[in-house]
Amino acid sequence: MRELDVSEVIPQVKKLCIEANYYIGEDVLEKLEEALTQEESPVGKEILHQILTNHRMAAKEEMPACQDTGVAVIFVELGQDLHLKGGDLYSAINEGVRQGYKDGYLRKSLVDDPVIERKNTGDNTPAIIHLDIVPGDQLKITVAPKGGGSENMSEVRMLTPADGLEGVMNFVVDRVRRSGGNPCPPIIVGVGIGGNFEACALLAKKALMRDLRDRHPEPKWAQVEDELLLRINRLGIGPMGLGGRITALGVKILTLPCHIASMPVAVNIQCHAARHKTAVI
Amino acid sequence: MSSEYKLKTPLEKEDLARLKIGDKVLLSGKIYTARDAAHKRLVQLIKEGKELPIELEGQVIYYVGPTPPKPGQVIGSAGPTTSERMDPYAPLLLDHGLKAMIGKGQRSNAVVEAIKRNGAVYFAATGGVGALLAKAVKSSRIVAYEELGAEAIRELEVEDFPLIVAIDAQGRDLYVEGVSQYCLP
Ligand code: SF4
Repeated sequence: MRELDVSEVIPQVKKLCIEANYYIGEDVLEKLEEALTQEESPVGKEILHQILTNHRMAAKEEMPACQDTGVAVIFVELGQDLHLKGGDLYSAINEGVRQGYKDGYLRKSLVDDPVIERKNTGDNTPAIIHLDIVPGDQLKITVAPKGGGSENMSEVRMLTPADGLEGVMNFVVDRVRRSGGNPCPPIIVGVGIGGNFEACALLAKKALMRDLRDRHPEPKWAQVEDELLLRINRLGIGPMGLGGRITALGVKILTLPCHIASMPVAVNIQCHAARHKTAVI
Repeated sequence: MSSEYKLKTPLEKEDLARLKIGDKVLLSGKIYTARDAAHKRLVQLIKEGKELPIELEGQVIYYVGPTPPKPGQVIGSAGPTTSERMDPYAPLLLDHGLKAMIGKGQRSNAVVEAIKRNGAVYFAATGGVGALLAKAVKSSRIVAYEELGAEAIRELEVEDFPLIVAIDAQGRDLYVEGVSQYCLP
């Protein structure tokens, strides 16, 4: 059985935290370029131009694209034939986050108690870690820093089967409409449908990890994604909510089977500073 | 058609009166930064009739919490935060001389009213372009509430800081008018 000392995880996580914040993905940049050619509003164009310039400048100067370097959301896929030794994985991941946020000059944006004291934890830990056991003997780590502005516009709703596809679409579009300029449009809309209350929320977040240029493998859902994007871009919210054609760059859906009486839907809104980086150890 | 203006702080009422929603403004001069905690303190001082640590007359407050600067940088990434959270405090500051706010996202009716009443302006800076905006910041120093860390009040010297007039002195609101202009049935 392959063995891995957890101390090897620390520098990887550190690097991913920094790279995710400095380098916005090619897929996002491509879609932003495309948006710039489609936007009709002069203000909208100016904003899209600023966003593209910013993302390129951040990469070149090696600095955070956005000052809200977020909560570190971390997806871990652990091969079941890999034996981790030398300490505990969660502590190693958090140590990587601590070092990444310090040495990468990233903003520490976490408070300890969510309500009463709300004191900054000082090192951007703890990370939010999602662990999946998968076949194989590798460790795959994705770091996805998530800002507050867009996360605050996200929502889970327990629809009923009678609401149907139309009910799902209305909820998604309405959630975007009510968000206006707050989540820094153009946005990416992650939608999780099915599972249960907590599973659909995680699905929506996972949907945001998909490449922005890909198509849903199931044609029926690919069609729903297209239809939703069309409807969202008819809202007129536009870049930064100041009016325009481009409100979203993409809609990404993931689904799960669910209870006969339920139809849970989660919408996780992602801003244009869509950040995630992956490494395999 | 929207126009482009270059403005310098402190702002005069006449400068602001000609601005229309959708206009682009390149702002230069000194501006202050403040977020939730600093606003709470400023409003408390005004209510108690005490002196403020900064002069508000003709001034601009930028809602920002930058990343730490790298060695050699004036400021880290420095884009706007959501303005909504400052809505409960903004009207009182406007009534005490504040002439403009920089942030992102819609404002409450009470803020729009206070903007109109005082001939002030709300500028939108583009959210998530912290690296680009940091380039326009030439100096930064803490002037109050150092203990608040990222939320301390800083005085920034900016040059051609790119802004869009989101709510003008007449109370017109681009978050409303812009969206209805591009909304399709
Ligand atoms: S919503 Fe995104 S782009 Fe906007 S400030 Fe937050 S993290 Fe940055």
